[in-house]
Amino acid sequence: MIQKNEINEWYVSIFDDFERNLNGESKSPIHQLRKKAINDFSQLNFPTNKDEEWRFTNISPLLKHKFNLAINAPYVDKEEVDRFRFNGMQCSFMVFVNGFFSEELSNINSIKDKITIKSISTAIKENNIQIQKHFNKYVDSSAQIFTALSTAYIMDGAFIYVPENIIIEEPIHILFLSSSKEDKILSHPRNLVITEKNSQLLIIEHYAGLDNSTYFTNAVTEISVGENAVVHHTKIQEESKSSFHIARMETVQGRNSCFTSNMISLGGEITRNDFNTRFNSTGGESELNGLFLIDNSQLFDAHTLIDHASPNCNSHELYRGILDGKSRGVFNGKVIVRRDAQKTNAFQENNNIILSDEALVDTKPQLEIFADDVKCSHGATVGQLDNEALFYLKSRGIGEEKSRDILIHAFASDVVRRIKIDKIKDHIENILTEKFNN
Amino acid sequence: MLLEIKDLHASIEGKEILKGINLSVNEGEIHAIMGPNGSGKSTLAQVLAGREEYKVTKGEVFFKGKNLLDLAPEDRAREGIFLAFQYPVEIPGVSNTNMLKTAVNEIRKYRGEEEYDAMEFLQMIKSKMKLVELEQALLSRAVNEGYSGGEKKRNEIFQMAVLEPKLAILDETDSGLDIDALRIVANGVNMLKSPDNATIVVTHYQRLLNYIVPDFVHVLYKGRIVKSGGKELALELEEKGYDFIKDDSGVFV
Ligand SMILES: Nc1ncnc2c1ncn2[C@@H]1O[C@H](COP(=O)(O)OP(=O)(O)OP(=O)(O)O)[C@@H](O)[C@H]1O
Ligand SMILES: [Mg+2]
Repeated sequence: MIQKNEINEWYVSIFDDFERNLNGESKSPIHQLRKKAINDFSQLNFPTNKDEEWRFTNISPLLKHKFNLAINAPYVDKEEVDRFRFNGMQCSFMVFVNGFFSEELSNINSIKDKITIKSISTAIKENNIQIQKHFNKYVDSSAQIFTALSTAYIMDGAFIYVPENIIIEEPIHILFLSSSKEDKILSHPRNLVITEKNSQLLIIEHYAGLDNSTYFTNAVTEISVGENAVVHHTKIQEESKSSFHIARMETVQGRNSCFTSNMISLGGEITRNDFNTRFNSTGGESELNGLFLIDNSQLFDAHTLIDHASPNCNSHELYRGILDGKSRGVFNGKVIVRRDAQKTNAFQENNNIILSDEALVDTKPQLEIFADDVKCSHGATVGQLDNEALFYLKSRGIGEEKSRDILIHAFASDVVRRIKIDKIKDHIENILTEKFNN
Repeated sequence: MLLEIKDLHASIEGKEILKGINLSVNEGEIHAIMGPNGSGKSTLAQVLAGREEYKVTKGEVFFKGKNLLDLAPEDRAREGIFLAFQYPVEIPGVSNTNMLKTAVNEIRKYRGEEEYDAMEFLQMIKSKMKLVELEQALLSRAVNEGYSGGEKKRNEIFQMAVLEPKLAILDETDSGLDIDALRIVANGVNMLKSPDNATIVVTHYQRLLNYIVPDFVHVLYKGRIVKSGGKELALELEEKGYDFIKDDSGVFV
């Protein structure tokens, strides 16, 4: 058994090699950030169940592995990538393999003239002004150990900058493929999305495994939604069941902005999502929805924080879990309504269905309200499939399996139908049918 | 004979509810089952439909000559049993149309018939909707969710009309209906009546039996059928209450 601090030291020790491979970049401001982050990382401890935010999520299986940074991407052909596209969906497409951007597999030509879209490593090398302004500004590398790790080893990811008044109607599909062939690979997808005033953007953050290998994805996404801008975000996780996935998304919202995020996950061995959004100005709308389907000994942990730091904002949150086998789910949804955030509307709900005797969910909705003129509600349920409903369907001639499938679909569809893109909805529906129809 | 129940005993949570039911139903017949609250009418209906929570402890049930108790609930429906629930279940997120389309096609598949495509299905249900004066809007809504009491009951009859069962068991489909809705429900049942199928109506009120005229009336009391007769029995019950049965049969008091 590997000791905890040994793992910490391991990730510090591989930094020298990483640095050597950066040729030329080591004097750049970003590299100073990396160096600070690895220093921060070495001061931080991996969380244990004693940490309140990790009470139900034991990451020791993750800490049993010494993951290596990918040196280069394995070859993936176009047909293989097509498996992960949404059937016939018109979109711009960015592909990353083990964290490396693949120009050949990507296609961003149709929007290149209207917005800035490129691999973040290129943007960093060019010392892009937006990188200077926004990068690493919405996360805290000095306090969050996985973010520190991400910042220390920042390699690649999507960088998207949408100028004022630009509406991009075609979705941008960002696909992160992973596979461990010999070494167990660790990648650090790092995305930065900036949208200026009156702009609009649809992005899909899609994490997928090329095989069933053991790898570790440590993703960080920062999103700034400008004044009166609209961002629809979808995250899909269909990774190897032996993979580890730790992700943080931090969103800041400007005046009258609208941000929606729909997260659909089939889990890995351990998945932890921290999704946070903050209203920096008045009049904002935010929707955070999620659906996870897990089985066997998978663990899925959804932590969300909606920070009503400004008045007159609405937030709506619906997270649902479907758990089978011995899987474990965690939902921890915090809504903070700060003292000045009058006229806040906040709705939060978490529902879980347990399909087996051994699966377990810990749900913890939290409301912290410091303003007095607000409308907030929250609720959580954990239950089995409704036996009465099941019998009703069967009494109409519908078989046991199909009846269960219908009820699970119905439960999931409250989340799925909120996804803005039909082709993605279809994709999710297919996943559901495949998963529950035999 | 379509249905033959022999000395049926059933219990729930260790409590015996049905204590030896005997009943025979032939094609073309309408049977009414009456009886005080808690006497076991719904239990009988649910046991026939295959509700697993009820344990059959003794007795036999044959449907079209097959051992009904061996069949899963879905197979009973596919063989032609339909239960209109006393309390229809709300199923959020499942549209009435989708449920019915799945049901119809599962039944057709079971019978070795070709499945309906979307067009054929819609055409088929259109005529059935007229039969029970069901609004189009109700079809696309989630099953029974937010329906009024009357809508739920009409929806049960609509489903019956679509599934065309051999044996329909209507568990208090008339309860809580105003006279218009009652007529609609009764009308639906009468229109579907044929020499090949049969209906069991569970009711508290002889009023329904003015519209659906039964061939036989049975009184269920404390888990047994204590009296059977023609349609005049219902009138007698209405007039004298169940006490007259008790006097009549003494032992059941
Ligand atoms: N799920 C259950 N658990 C425990 N007891 C039950 C259950 N279902 C029914 N019972 C009991 O079984 C008995 C018969 O109930 P049943 O619903 O069959 O009566 P009923 O004749 O349909 O009455 P009503 O006219 O009120 O509908 C009652 O005493 C009832 O309390
Ligand atoms: Mg009853």
